[in-house]
Amino acid sequence: MDILSLFVVVPVITILALFFSKGLKQSRMIAMIGSLVQLAMAINLVFAYVKERAVNDAIMVFTRDLVWFKEFNIHYAIGVDGISVALLTLTAIVVLAGVFISWMMDDLPKEFFVSLIVLATGVYGFFISIDLFTMFVFYEIAVIPMYLLIGIWGTGPKEHSAMKLTLMLMGASAVLLVGILGIYFNSNADGGALTFNILEIAKVNIPFEAQKLFFPLTFIGFAVLGALFPFHTWSPDGHASAPTAVSMLHAGVLMKLGGYGVFRVAMFLLPEGAMDWSWFFIILSATGVIYGALGAVRQNDLKYINAYSSVSHLGMVLFALLMLNKTAWNGAILQSLSHGFMTALFFALIGMIYGRTHTRDVHKLGGLLKVIPFISVVYVIAGMASLGLPGFSGFVAEMNIFVGAFQHTDMFHRVATIVSISAIVVTAVYILRVVGLMLMGPVKNEEFKNLPTVRWYEVTGILLLLIPITALGVAPLWISDMIMESIQPFIQGVIQ
Amino acid sequence: MSFSSLLIMRHEMLLLAMILLLIAGEIFIPKHKKSSLVHLAIFLFGIQTAVGFLSLDTETLFGGSFRTNDMIHLFKNILNVGVLILLLQSADWITDKLIGAEKGTEFFILLFSSLLGMYFMISAGDFLMFYIGLELSTLPVAALVAYDAGKRKSSEAGVKMILSAALASGISLFGISLLYASTGSIYFDVMAIEMTSSNLSILGFVLFFAGLGFKISLAPFHFWTADVYEGAPISIASYLSVISKGAAVFILLILMFTVMRPLIDAWQNMLYAIAILTMTIGNIFALRQKNMKRFLAYSSIAQAGFILLGLIAGTQLGASSIIYFVLIYIFSNLAVFGVVQAISNKTGLEHMDDYNGFYRTNPMLSMVMLLGLFSLAGIPPAAGFFGKFFLYTAAASQGYYLLVFLAVVNVTISLYYYLIVLRAMFIRRSEQPIPSIKNSLYMRLGLALTVIGILAIGIYSPIYDYIHSISSLLN
Repeated sequence: MDILSLFVVVPVITILALFFSKGLKQSRMIAMIGSLVQLAMAINLVFAYVKERAVNDAIMVFTRDLVWFKEFNIHYAIGVDGISVALLTLTAIVVLAGVFISWMMDDLPKEFFVSLIVLATGVYGFFISIDLFTMFVFYEIAVIPMYLLIGIWGTGPKEHSAMKLTLMLMGASAVLLVGILGIYFNSNADGGALTFNILEIAKVNIPFEAQKLFFPLTFIGFAVLGALFPFHTWSPDGHASAPTAVSMLHAGVLMKLGGYGVFRVAMFLLPEGAMDWSWFFIILSATGVIYGALGAVRQNDLKYINAYSSVSHLGMVLFALLMLNKTAWNGAILQSLSHGFMTALFFALIGMIYGRTHTRDVHKLGGLLKVIPFISVVYVIAGMASLGLPGFSGFVAEMNIFVGAFQHTDMFHRVATIVSISAIVVTAVYILRVVGLMLMGPVKNEEFKNLPTVRWYEVTGILLLLIPITALGVAPLWISDMIMESIQPFIQGVIQ
Repeated sequence: MSFSSLLIMRHEMLLLAMILLLIAGEIFIPKHKKSSLVHLAIFLFGIQTAVGFLSLDTETLFGGSFRTNDMIHLFKNILNVGVLILLLQSADWITDKLIGAEKGTEFFILLFSSLLGMYFMISAGDFLMFYIGLELSTLPVAALVAYDAGKRKSSEAGVKMILSAALASGISLFGISLLYASTGSIYFDVMAIEMTSSNLSILGFVLFFAGLGFKISLAPFHFWTADVYEGAPISIASYLSVISKGAAVFILLILMFTVMRPLIDAWQNMLYAIAILTMTIGNIFALRQKNMKRFLAYSSIAQAGFILLGLIAGTQLGASSIIYFVLIYIFSNLAVFGVVQAISNKTGLEHMDDYNGFYRTNPMLSMVMLLGLFSLAGIPPAAGFFGKFFLYTAAASQGYYLLVFLAVVNVTISLYYYLIVLRAMFIRRSEQPIPSIKNSLYMRLGLALTVIGILAIGIYSPIYDYIHSISSLLN
């Protein structure tokens, strides 16, 4: 068994073990052990990758290729570069934190952890695939458990949100499927065999007409998951209704699939299409950035605020990718990572606050800093990271994005960049508004005075997420280097 | 013709022998032991299915009207497996409801006769044999549809079925005679050579197609479907939607790719329209159904539309993906019908709202339903995803991107109504959920086989490779 396939095999074993478990105690234990093993594997992979990279300068390392359906030339092909390693680590951390946050999930615990880990399996598989078909399979496996996760364990209008989210994402994957088939049937343009292998297709010069036709399909197919305006509407409803761990995993990890797919598939394989269409999607993503930020200012529900903030931050990722240069792409990946940790942390904290106060309305909360200081302080830290304060991960990411964006000297890009940058100011507004209303001031409700303090599993979950945020902010260079050298082969097609 | 060459009719001979044995059983088994007939029938059919997997020579009989080769052999095996699962799932119903009413043996005889008709239809080498097979496969089913004699809806469904079937086969026969007029032969081999694209032959083809379109319930020949499924006993609705449809697809595939091949330009356009119409109509009507059987009727109409994607391609890829899809469809649909039947047997409930909170009392059955519906909706790792993906690939390989796009939009719509069933089972709560159901061994086996099929056929690729290599026999 190779080091990468384990990322799929271990969750599958965990799922099988969960099927035979009984009750909350057993199932959360199994889920935790499975996720811990996964995290250990991810950390091990980081070191193995650094070691391997020193001697191996292929685009993807640890590759493995098994023929699956030979008639279609479908392979189970896997491999990683610095970007996928970073995202795999992100996933492992968020999943483990999610398990800790769901420590007290008493309604159908077995089923909850099974669904959660099925979702994780899909995400792991997606990040290690270098075959379009395999990738697509994992993509769908990652999306579909959301329906049950939100539907069964959610709150509020959960049936509606779950259905809306599932249909929009599956609809997007349907569009993506046409795009993938288009790429597949043009992969013999240079006279070779039809193939789904990303690295093989990248060598082929797909005709410009086909690129123009299939780029938007592929881009939209992925970007809906990355909350591309105006297809972001599933995200606020979905996040608001989802249980805490699911919001964490979804905003923290699943939405990253969108940006990852965009640059790994759409831009890498259809670079001319990307250049041809970039103006259009820049408009959409810049609108998303500012729209999401403004939307967050207007909301009173903590989860909605964070969901809109995710729309804004992930719009920034798409925006950076569309800038089509190395610095901005580096920023995009860093932003994905930083947002992954940060937003997962936010949702975890919101879950804890909601679990104690039974409300998510910022106007009904107040003075929480006095009663639950630990949670409140971490909330402030996460907020600072979110608005891009130096010393946290958000700053490094946004800095890179806008430096990259300013390398374009024409009017159109300038305007779009300035519009996007202005969202940072709005971000400060909604973060500080929440901090002011919810944490500062007098304690609004007498009942809040005796809120229970944090439990050990909550602290563990928080620390798991908090450490990377600070680490990324204080010492971004090593990971930035890892990403930079991996971006090189991908950006080449676009630069030429 | 020596006796040994009759051995290539092994499937038919054995089935016929089985029917005779059951008649003998009906006569000689005393009344209070009649329920042993069910075990006997399932046991015999199990042998039939197992024997079917032994290899068989490629040969023709009766001067070319009966033929067999590996592909036809495979088709019969697929149908056998489907019928076996169906029998396992229906065993309880037959024992409880039919044996007491002294209708058990007839049920098996009618069912097997219809299957025999399908064997002949698939093996046909000329239109005469084809037509006999078609009739033999349809008429017994009409009787079976009306088998719930106490229910008005069932009798009504039987009448509806027989009338529309008679009309469809009449139209089909007229089409066949026009094809005969344009080619001067009813033998497939000769016709394939003589066939030219003329108004007469195209008209003949269209009329002929209408007859098979009825059996597959393609729009606009689908109107009978929902009413008949609703009225019929669940096993028979299941049989209609799975076995009967599968057999019709197989023979359609053979005819389109051989005899009708010269008319390909005409039928590609026609199928394009019918495919879109069938998928859309099936989906839109399925959205509002609350009765599980009506719901599954429309869902099966929509599924039939996808099969056309492979036909339109007109390539070996298309043929193999159709066979593969039908195989998967049989397992997925039987899984869903099996659960519906398990619930209906014990409680008589068929309404979707009755399923509320089902997961909390019956987790295993709900999981089977989940897998079956995911497979129908085309969600990995269920096999349905692979089946659909390959059909899209087949259509896209001939440049039908727009059609593929419309198909995937339809899949998204279909996902909505499949999720509604899951919503009822998993998400909603109920004051009085269906109590925990204890299934018989047969039912469990029947469901377990479908689950294995759904999980294995997709991921285990040699199955597709085999089908692909077999499908080269079409050209």
